Amino acid sequence: MALDRITGEHSVAFVRSEQLFDWARRNSLWYLAFGIACCAIEGLMSASGPRFDFDRMGVFFRASPRQADVMIVAGTVNHKMAETVLRLYEQMPEPKWVVAMGACASTGGPFRSYPNVVLGVDKIVPVDVYIPGCPPRPESVQYGFIQLQEKIKRQAEERNAARRDRDR
Amino acid sequence: MSELHDTSYEPGLLAEGTFDPGERPAGIKRIPRGVEHLATEHLVVNVGPQHPSTHGVLRLVLELDGETIVNAEIVIGYLHRGIEKLGEHRRYHQLGTLMDRGDYMSGIHGELAAAMAVEQLMETEVPAKAQWLRTLMSEINRIASHMVWFGTFGLDCGAMGQFLYAMRDREALIDVLEAVTGQRMMFNYVRPGGVLADLTPEMESAIRTFLRTIDGYLDEHDALLGGNEILQMRVKGIGTLDRETAVAFGLTGANLRGSGVGYDVRRDRPYAAYPELEFDVPVGSTGDAWDRYTVRMGEMRQAVRMIRQCIDGIPEGDIMAKVPKVLRPPAGESYACVESSRGELGVHLVSDGSDMPYRFRYRPPSLYSLQALEEILPGRMFADAIMLIGSIDIVLGEIDR
Ligand code: SF4
Repeated sequence: MALDRITGEHSVAFVRSEQLFDWARRNSLWYLAFGIACCAIEGLMSASGPRFDFDRMGVFFRASPRQADVMIVAGTVNHKMAETVLRLYEQMPEPKWVVAMGACASTGGPFRSYPNVVLGVDKIVPVDVYIPGCPPRPESVQYGFIQLQEKIKRQAEERNAARRDRDR
Repeated sequence: MSELHDTSYEPGLLAEGTFDPGERPAGIKRIPRGVEHLATEHLVVNVGPQHPSTHGVLRLVLELDGETIVNAEIVIGYLHRGIEKLGEHRRYHQLGTLMDRGDYMSGIHGELAAAMAVEQLMETEVPAKAQWLRTLMSEINRIASHMVWFGTFGLDCGAMGQFLYAMRDREALIDVLEAVTGQRMMFNYVRPGGVLADLTPEMESAIRTFLRTIDGYLDEHDALLGGNEILQMRVKGIGTLDRETAVAFGLTGANLRGSGVGYDVRRDRPYAAYPELEFDVPVGSTGDAWDRYTVRMGEMRQAVRMIRQCIDGIPEGDIMAKVPKVLRPPAGESYACVESSRGELGVHLVSDGSDMPYRFRYRPPSLYSLQALEEILPGRMFADAIMLIGSIDIVLGEIDR
């Protein structure tokens, strides 16, 4: 393990359990295999394919919302689909994050002027990272995930800082 | 269910030898009176719209008797985003943008159909070089699209490794498409009157490099998935669509050809540079899932053959006809169809003389294939349902439009 190389073998590390969990969460963001439209081919299929291989970042797909940490909303959400998106989000266990992939999930995209289309998935569920593009390249999705990891790290630090302030 | 609760027992029934105890279903201790045939309660199972194997947002409502499907109902509309209606509020040049997002797996074909419909209205003569480039890109796109089908069909049958190999080859094709068109999926390459860009020598050599490896890869793929005995047992003789049913459902593409009807738009209503190319149309015999598989594999090989001819045969000349910036075709109607990766993709345009179509109709081949699914599912096991969805190769983007 990498830690061994830094601290030597048989070493003992003291860490706040919270920090340990956040570290683990950050590096194993399992997303829900839930492709809606065109973006799914890029964001879910190419991403798990051999060239982009999101697996090396610990990003891997799960078929059930109950095992997933991240929901990538990859595609146009219309009013018929909105209810399902919300229900899937509610089925995911805490802590959970949402990535709005592509123009459609962010704002409605090229179909914005059609009344059946939801103008951005943030009207339904809270979104953590928006990835622009139509469709975004898999590299952009990867960058989006790095941003999400940074965000989780920051959240932990902010939480700790708040606690320190309170304890003082 | 009520008969099962009537557990009054006729003494001596077993002793008379009318029942073989070995035949009793596990867990049933006594045979209820008056029940000759033990039926189980039907169970309604909802598959989708979030399901890893429904290829998007398809929803199936299956009525099951044990493991056997009694009735299947297909629910669509989870991706309806008004492509047809929006098309009536877009200029003719902009139709390609919408068509790309319809059948997103094979964008070139959609664009080509829209462009051809507009050209028919305008009576534009497309330069020969543009026709050849359209053909070349169509065939590259066809392999890329079939690769996705191939990978996911493997996944649906339980073969994960296959998907990884298929995606590797798809990336090689997408690289070529990206180098020529500038985008990985939404190409917007075929415009009314011609194509966007010419092939550069580098792209040509990239295609030639790809052509050197693809034959071997296709053989490998076929050996790995099609040569697998488990897969053959799972697909042979399952989901059979006979000729009459296939024609009655309006199927086109590999699903129709799998049933033994050799209809191919490229050969029977030739467009672009197809009349000048030599190719065969693979046709199946019985119309089961295995035939659809072999037809698609054969199509990939034929596509490779056509790419070879295209890359050597592209004539010199312009890539774009003289067309005005804003197209205002005369009032009238036109219908153009192409052989997309999934079948006959048609575009029907009605023009009223303005710069936007009066009516824009998109004939999605997958919609017809999907309807045939309701016919082939009943009577099959539940596990076959997933495989059969994979075998008809649908794209929900074009079904819901
Ligand atoms: S952003 Fe573009 S590629 Fe993504 S789902 Fe919308 S239309 Fe399709």
